[in-house]
Amino acid sequence: MTDALFGRLDLSSLSIWHALQDPTPSELVAAGAAMAVILGGLGVLVLLTWFRLWGPLWRDWLTSVDHKRIGIMYCALALIMLARGVIEGVLMRTQQAFGLDGGFLTPDHFSQLFSTHGTIMIFFVAMPFIAGVINYVMPLQIGARDMAFPVMNQISLGLTATGAALVMISLVLGKFSTGGWANYPPYTGADFQPGPGPDYWIWAITLAGIGTTLSGINFAVTIYKERAPGMHFLRMPIFCWTVICTSIIMIFALPPLTVAALMLAADRYLEFHFFTNDLGGNMMNYVNLFWLFGHPEVYLLVIPCYGMFSEVITTYSGKRIYGYMSMVYATMSIAVLSFCVWLHHFFTMGQSANVNAAFGIASMAIAVPTGVKIYNWIATLFRGRVRMTVPMIYAVGFFYLFTIGGLTGVMLANPVISYQVHNTLFLVAHFHNVIIPGVLFGLLAGYHYWFPKAFGFRLHEGWGRAAAVLWIVGFSFTFLPLYWLGLHGMPRRSPTFAEPSFQPMMWLALFGAALILSALTCLAIQLWISIRRRDQLAVPLGDPWDGRALEWSIPSPPPPYNFAVVPHVTARDDFAEAKAAGRAYAEPEAYEDIEMPNNTAIGLIVCVCSTLMGVALVFWIWWLAVLSLAVMLLALVGRTFHTRNHHVIPAARVAAEHRAWLAKVQAATAVDRLQETHTRNMGRAMPERPNRTEAAE
Amino acid sequence: MSTSNLHPGLNLGDHHGEAHEGAETIVFGFWIFLMSDLVIFGLVFASYLTVANPMGMAGGPGPEDAFDLASIFAQTMILLTSSLTFGFATLAMRHERGRAAIARWLGVSLLLGLVFLSLELRDFAHMIEAGAVPQHSGYWSAFWGLVPLHGLHVAVGCLWLMVMLAQMATLGLIPVVKTRLLRLGLFWHFLDLIWVAIFSIVYLGGLMP
Amino acid sequence: MTDPDHSKEARFYLAGFGLALTLTLVPFALVHWALMEGRALAITIAVLAVAQIVVHLRFFLHIDLSRQKREDLQLILFTVLLLAIMAIGTLWIMGNLATRM
Repeated sequence: MTDALFGRLDLSSLSIWHALQDPTPSELVAAGAAMAVILGGLGVLVLLTWFRLWGPLWRDWLTSVDHKRIGIMYCALALIMLARGVIEGVLMRTQQAFGLDGGFLTPDHFSQLFSTHGTIMIFFVAMPFIAGVINYVMPLQIGARDMAFPVMNQISLGLTATGAALVMISLVLGKFSTGGWANYPPYTGADFQPGPGPDYWIWAITLAGIGTTLSGINFAVTIYKERAPGMHFLRMPIFCWTVICTSIIMIFALPPLTVAALMLAADRYLEFHFFTNDLGGNMMNYVNLFWLFGHPEVYLLVIPCYGMFSEVITTYSGKRIYGYMSMVYATMSIAVLSFCVWLHHFFTMGQSANVNAAFGIASMAIAVPTGVKIYNWIATLFRGRVRMTVPMIYAVGFFYLFTIGGLTGVMLANPVISYQVHNTLFLVAHFHNVIIPGVLFGLLAGYHYWFPKAFGFRLHEGWGRAAAVLWIVGFSFTFLPLYWLGLHGMPRRSPTFAEPSFQPMMWLALFGAALILSALTCLAIQLWISIRRRDQLAVPLGDPWDGRALEWSIPSPPPPYNFAVVPHVTARDDFAEAKAAGRAYAEPEAYEDIEMPNNTAIGLIVCVCSTLMGVALVFWIWWLAVLSLAVMLLALVGRTFHTRNHHVIPAARVAAEHRAWLAKVQAATAVDRLQETHTRNMGRAMPERPNRTEAAE
Repeated sequence: MSTSNLHPGLNLGDHHGEAHEGAETIVFGFWIFLMSDLVIFGLVFASYLTVANPMGMAGGPGPEDAFDLASIFAQTMILLTSSLTFGFATLAMRHERGRAAIARWLGVSLLLGLVFLSLELRDFAHMIEAGAVPQHSGYWSAFWGLVPLHGLHVAVGCLWLMVMLAQMATLGLIPVVKTRLLRLGLFWHFLDLIWVAIFSIVYLGGLMP
Repeated sequence: MTDPDHSKEARFYLAGFGLALTLTLVPFALVHWALMEGRALAITIAVLAVAQIVVHLRFFLHIDLSRQKREDLQLILFTVLLLAIMAIGTLWIMGNLATRM
């Protein structure tokens, strides 16, 4: 059955082969997706060669240890995977819209769709997008030159990319798990799914998860040890506080996932009995371990987005955050409480009412600090001079929709209600209702807000507005009907249904899905147009939005060393204070040589080796698995014998670059907030301080 | 002890200059990694305890059929002694007693680590003969998930130690080698700490009268 | 070999080793000669294990209550808190489920 050279990989593993044998609509869709992966990959290779971009790609990106470039690569990975995730979602909505007693997809194919959709959206869209924004922004906000461990940062990216690559490869070779994103055994055990599907899930999740844990360590140490002088903990922007909480979760909540996935692997590969039906296995412990990770995970996703909204709302209200200390306390208590509620994902598993009640109460308690945050944001807007830019449109959508999602969460925290709607579309509506407005809108707001910092030009405003409105409306049409459907008994993860009265709501949801797809298209068009018109949208001076934190006090895009001279922080919202006091853009007394880490290929080596290892393990190609692991370990150990890993940027060069930029800033006219979306906005802001105006009144 | 401690665990001390300061960030990061690893062990322990009962053993062999208390005692003594010898290696580095002194203590620790591993492997072979294999029951799955995980860590520690001996020989006692030895020391002591939990919960708990 | 600091610190390690040795010998003896049994023995083993872990932390890993190391003590205590929530929660939930099967 298995070959020494190719393991269990053969011609029938190719999904295109299946479509040739049996051209049903379901197989054709699968083959189309496989062709898209292959042609997309080939297309990228051809374009890179045609435009002779291999050299720059290698020098400036793949081997770079600059936190800014690594952050951008994370975001690019997330956006590519977002496209696949959204298309899968639309496909599922289409299937269900035609799903009255049938539809065009086989149940097995539909199961693969919701499994990959969930896995991709959580692990390979939300998490890399968040890791990307944190990577880019956090060191700039605390006045650091790079992460504490730049090379480990690159390895984290490599491992995340490995996970994403494995999920993409599963479209072409073999098939993915049909066990949902949580991949519960015994259904995903060797008895019921002997094929490669659950193995793809296990290795994609485990390898990416290790990368995430390493990222968490990196973020935490960077904030603890690399802050600029004077940047006390209580002077940090709220976003950095949320990063601390997220890294706590990355460090402590990813281990349960690793444990659960590796135990499942032991069951599947070595006939262990952790989670089997027979011989003393206990699959309920898998559910327990998975959600020990799973619940903190949703806070891992949403907390940094709270931070992004805090940055956006303060900047576009022209005010400092209302209730800074209460924001900090609320964020920290959410981080700790998130570890106390995991059982609410399996109220119906059979434990006694006392256990359910304890976790139900803990789950409801999380609503309190979350409510504190919502009120703080509203109070920040109050009497601010609010500008309705694209990020603010997302923020408004977030306020309304996230509150609805949060309230249905409080409903679900009640075990009695949970018993009724468990495993229905009500639940699907609830978690999309918190994750899309909370996480995705936050990320898109952050994307529009920090894009000019990263690339030196703004994103096109009109297309951005169109996309934002389409996201909000599209979301509402897609997911609010699912509450109704769930309450009326439509189960989740079902490709078909038999109740004709569900039909209208299914069509409404499909209409919403079409709007979401057009929102995604608008984002793509916006990016294309903004790149074409980058000269008109340029903001090289670095401060297009009258920003408040340190990242706006440097050029856009920032130089590799971020700060010509490490800033001395004297206040919260230091840059806003400096602008108001006229201290901003002062030339430092002296410049110093800057030591920066050298480029290295180790992250790429880890990525390639671990991807090969993943594929080898999925298809039982043992020699390749051992070989790639050995190469990876040798590379990692070999690198430690190499000690000259830094280069020095001379003070004279830093001074010349910085003085040239300062001269441009001085020559530019500051732009009023009313004109911030105008071509005249070159990134020099005319500061406004409504707090002072209030005092004058 | 030292006047300025920058990170947890034994500090090199001010007289080590660059190595001492560089250690602050790196050792703190390593502590966080150890704590993350601790959570992994903690959950494997919890999973072990949930199946350490007749239901989990599913009619197969139990701990009394497979464990050898004398061998476990020997392993415990060896690991504990290796912690002491590693501590002396760290002290020799801190007080600049020279490469040879450090390498001597490290060598003793490595030897003890390898003896521990061979005793453990011998125990595992006996268990397999007694039918205490993971394919037999949930209980033995949990055992084989937990104790060899610690053994794997010890094996990694031994490999790391060999790499460090090689680096001391080729690179000399440069700052980065010193901070790596500090971290290896933390790792080594940490594994001893996990072993305390293993012999208390798994072995003594399993063989309790 | 006459450095006073060095011999002081070496004695510190030896003291830790002695304590750990005692805390190991006692439970092994209790189990080997069946000097105690049942719940009392389980509790004794647990207490001695925790004591030994504290000894390792103090004497080998040099964690103490001094101000300079507070940050790291906090890290360990926070980890223990989260691990306790997760591990005790797991035992509670799985134990409860087992009694209801």
